Amino acid sequence: MVIEVHDLVKQFNGTTAVDRLSFTAQRGEILGLLGPNGAGKTTAIQMLLGIIEPTAGSIRVFDHDIATHRQAILQRLNFSSAYVSLPQNLPVIDNLRVFARIYGVRNWREKAMGLLRLFEIDRFATRKTGQLSSGESTRLHLCKALLNDPELLLLDEPTASLDPDIADKVRKLLRRIQRERGITVLYTSHNMREIEELCDRVIFLHHGRKMAEGPPREVIAKFNQQSLEQVFIRIVRDGELQSADQKSEP
Amino acid sequence: MSFRRITALLLRYLLLYRQSWTRIMEIFFWPVMDLLVWGFLTAYLLQFGYNRVPALITFLIGSMIFWDLLYRAQQSVTISFLEDVWARNLLNIFVAPVTISEFLTATFTLGVIKVLINGLVLAALAWLLYAFDVFQLGFTLIPFVLSLMLMGWAMGMFTVALIMRWGHAAEALAWGIPFLVQPLSAVFYPVSVLPAWLQPIAWALPSTYVFEGMRQVLATGQAPWQMFWWSFGLNLVYLVASAFFFRHIFTLVRRKGLLAKLGME
Repeated sequence: MVIEVHDLVKQFNGTTAVDRLSFTAQRGEILGLLGPNGAGKTTAIQMLLGIIEPTAGSIRVFDHDIATHRQAILQRLNFSSAYVSLPQNLPVIDNLRVFARIYGVRNWREKAMGLLRLFEIDRFATRKTGQLSSGESTRLHLCKALLNDPELLLLDEPTASLDPDIADKVRKLLRRIQRERGITVLYTSHNMREIEELCDRVIFLHHGRKMAEGPPREVIAKFNQQSLEQVFIRIVRDGELQSADQKSEP
Repeated sequence: MSFRRITALLLRYLLLYRQSWTRIMEIFFWPVMDLLVWGFLTAYLLQFGYNRVPALITFLIGSMIFWDLLYRAQQSVTISFLEDVWARNLLNIFVAPVTISEFLTATFTLGVIKVLINGLVLAALAWLLYAFDVFQLGFTLIPFVLSLMLMGWAMGMFTVALIMRWGHAAEALAWGIPFLVQPLSAVFYPVSVLPAWLQPIAWALPSTYVFEGMRQVLATGQAPWQMFWWSFGLNLVYLVASAFFFRHIFTLVRRKGLLAKLGME
């Protein structure tokens, strides 16, 4: 098992962001973490990365506890998010050079150029990162995330700022790389079609709680809906109703 | 600690300078301006023909150079951290297998480089413009500079911890903290000038011993070894205290999710 999360809880000043979340991810699996804003997806990913400390529960990655083996775990995974950037004033190749050195990548230039070619942005290698379009910048983040040949990739809304054409290209490329290398991917997105296309299994979160889990088709069937988007809407609205009911109870 | 990861972080900061003339100019601009202002001020005072003015010139210029070294050492730690905050690169760094001690060591090393470059440029300018030879301090220059660097690192760690805890609202502290210390460090005047109740506070700062010691060397030519030891002893205390404070705050911000928030804002 690549990820084993058991009874994970995170509270911020009395507000529960993640509520007794348990899940696993196997080698080579793409697991989608879905939910509305504030569902706890990003908090869960950040606990997996060890930058947020859980209130309770355990996280094991590569059979090691993140609390005690954080550095060794981080060496074997990587992360990309639409909400973080690489230094804008450095050339593309220099950004990759720095991270290649951090991760101890051999033949870094060859590796970096190979990834830039793969994502069709090699012609921008010497250009300043700040001069890239958001699509090119997202692809650069994915190059950074693949530099250390990660066994686990945590992608937090990686296609959030992309137009449909580039998003489609990135998804296909990610799927190809993931299959070729057997990478485990934990993926969050608001784009349900993207999740349906990409993920082997999905977990729906609402108010930090797991509301549903399974392969996209099974989840769609279980909720008697036509698409994940409809499941999403139903879970969110039912969840709101439940919350309202609980609040109105004497 | 990994030497490779430390040099990788150092490379990241140094590459920024390779890419930007404005950044390179920024290293020299403020110290040179300070040097000019203090130099012209003392030249103006010289016109009044006070007997002690020539000594005053050396004190002021020496103090200004030393103050700048302390300031640069603190800035290298805080601004390096802020560069990653501003670039929204902080999470990329902290989700990589970089330890806090590696991150801090890289910023400390950057401080050494900046202090050496700054020190040499200021020393050359002071000599050219005002015939002030900083090397007249002789061997004492080494422990003086080292002591200021250690204090700069301690202040830098403390400042970064505050920025981690209070986020963007605390960014101004990166520039403010050194100036909180400056009046108490007896940079441009002796401790005896301070009110009696402030003097014990001044003597609790390592920098005070350096500036008083520097004046003593310039005035008498005698190396004030006792002041060195006090300065180093206090630096050790401040460094250990800052490291504990930093660690405590780092644990706290991980618990509160503030590091992630700062990295994504």
